[in-house]
Amino acid sequence: MNIPNGLFYTKEHEWVKIDGDIGTVGITDYAQHALGDVTFVELPKTGIVVKQFQGLATIESVKAASDIFSPVSGKILEVNSKVENTPALINQTCYQDGWIAKIKIKDRSETNNLMDAAAYKKFAEGLGE
Amino acid sequence: MELIFEKSRPGRRCTKFPKSDVPRSKELPLKYTRSKPCELPEVSELEVVRHFTNLSRRNFSVDTNFYPLGSCTMKYNPKFSEDLAKLEGFTSLHPLLPQLKLGGILTQGALEVLFNMEKLLCEITGMDAFTMQPAAGAHGELTGVMLIAAYHRAKNNKKKYVLVPDSAHGTNPASAAIAGYEVISIPSNESGLMDIAHMKEKLTEDVAAIMMTCPNTLGLFETEIEEIAKLAHSKDALLYYDGANLNAVLGKCRPGDLGFDVIHLNLHKTFATPHGGGGPGSGPVGVKKELAQFLPISRVVKRDDNTFHLDYKPLNSIGYIAPFYGNFLVILKAYAYILLLGKEGLIRTSEHAVLNANYILARLKNYYDTPVDKKCMHECVFSASRQVKNNGVHALDIAKFLIDRGIHPPTIYFPLIVKEALMIEPTESESKETLDYFIDCMIEADRLSKENPEALKTAPKTMPIARLDETKAARDANCALL
Repeated sequence: MNIPNGLFYTKEHEWVKIDGDIGTVGITDYAQHALGDVTFVELPKTGIVVKQFQGLATIESVKAASDIFSPVSGKILEVNSKVENTPALINQTCYQDGWIAKIKIKDRSETNNLMDAAAYKKFAEGLGE
Repeated sequence: MELIFEKSRPGRRCTKFPKSDVPRSKELPLKYTRSKPCELPEVSELEVVRHFTNLSRRNFSVDTNFYPLGSCTMKYNPKFSEDLAKLEGFTSLHPLLPQLKLGGILTQGALEVLFNMEKLLCEITGMDAFTMQPAAGAHGELTGVMLIAAYHRAKNNKKKYVLVPDSAHGTNPASAAIAGYEVISIPSNESGLMDIAHMKEKLTEDVAAIMMTCPNTLGLFETEIEEIAKLAHSKDALLYYDGANLNAVLGKCRPGDLGFDVIHLNLHKTFATPHGGGGPGSGPVGVKKELAQFLPISRVVKRDDNTFHLDYKPLNSIGYIAPFYGNFLVILKAYAYILLLGKEGLIRTSEHAVLNANYILARLKNYYDTPVDKKCMHECVFSASRQVKNNGVHALDIAKFLIDRGIHPPTIYFPLIVKEALMIEPTESESKETLDYFIDCMIEADRLSKENPEALKTAPKTMPIARLDETKAARDANCALL
């Protein structure tokens, strides 16, 4: 299971990469594997404000439709429209080209509610296959 | 198989039109005519007959094979009720008749069916009144949540949330959201039931309703309903019963007695009317008497002289939910089914549905993981996690393999809370021989997952089309109209 260092993770298997006050958000390798082939991504509108752990996007796979929750609160600056046309990016490169949204982070201290790579690895391994 | 369009040859015809013996009218103005000829297949009558007969022979249905599609209750539809629904006295009725002068007299039989069906469903479920209008189960859910909203509006209750357990049918949260509520999902506990401690935490004054399915989608009976009802009612939240699984408890318990306020039924699941595209569906909604004033119009009413008429007056009604009286002929089939089986017969259908599911569970639980170690109700859920570990054989591969054995795959990857779920609902109509055959095929699939996983991963092999690329089908849908 690929869990890069330096990112923050949620129990719902989203990641956020913090760059100054901008957070790039996506789903983890565990999540893309559990979902199976992604067939459709519904992205949020830019400019809207999301709260931590509230719905950000919806991902449909051959198995199910799943809500993706925002790891941080803030305003959505940019969404990755590439994954709308090529949802397979989420399966192929979930930490790079398969990112979902960039968020202007409102409160850096919210990362205290998230896990680092080591903690997330332990959490995900506890869930089994 | 060739498309009928591929069989087309210029000039070939099924029918020959007689020579016109009326004067030709003026040509249509150019702007109304087609710019190029309509593309219809040019084929002979025999080719048409052969084409559609061969297509129909590739149909898969309960009438041809075992169809244990969990949660969907693909039960056999007895043919006698189809015959009844074909009677001219029913098929040639016009839905406007009851409202026309002297039309009432011509529709007494149909109105009596609707009236009696409402009484029967009240008796079966313990509710006080029913509407027959909703055209399907999810339509019934929406109607039910709208009734709940009407109740809170009338009481000036400011409510915002609907609680839905995570084992619910996906339509529950969707219905609540469409009716204007925010949905809060309540997790299941280790025994596969709704986690009451968690529910209590979320159950504030702002909660309009709790929507429950019982038995739930794990095929387990929610044992704490009375406690849940008490808690809900203490906050003036209503308890909603998704009746999709009522076929497991007919005559054993009545949702109305357990404390449910609103309930929908799927007539095709519990009362053996046609399912899916063969429907149309019917999702009657029942309520306790405090909510009866909000039911959709019209209502069938019995006069003192035992005749029937339609009442369009109820002031607090939420209005029309569907045109006229719902899918009348479907309601008629379910009515006939209930009368034919009677009380004892209905109880036996539930007992046999539960027995059949438990037989499968008992014989397969050494081969497949189960989410909880308990007896089930009318359906059982397995996980293919063990087979995934064996050789990467997934629930999907097992489902495809069953197709080769002449069995419709069970529901897979639902309920969502079970990994690699295989959800099996045999229904009451199947014989022990059929169940044994299915079980043997499942045991064979487990054996192949260890000895020859490729055999599963490349199934099905016996179908006109082998393994479909489901991802491509979903990503590059080809919906072009011919």
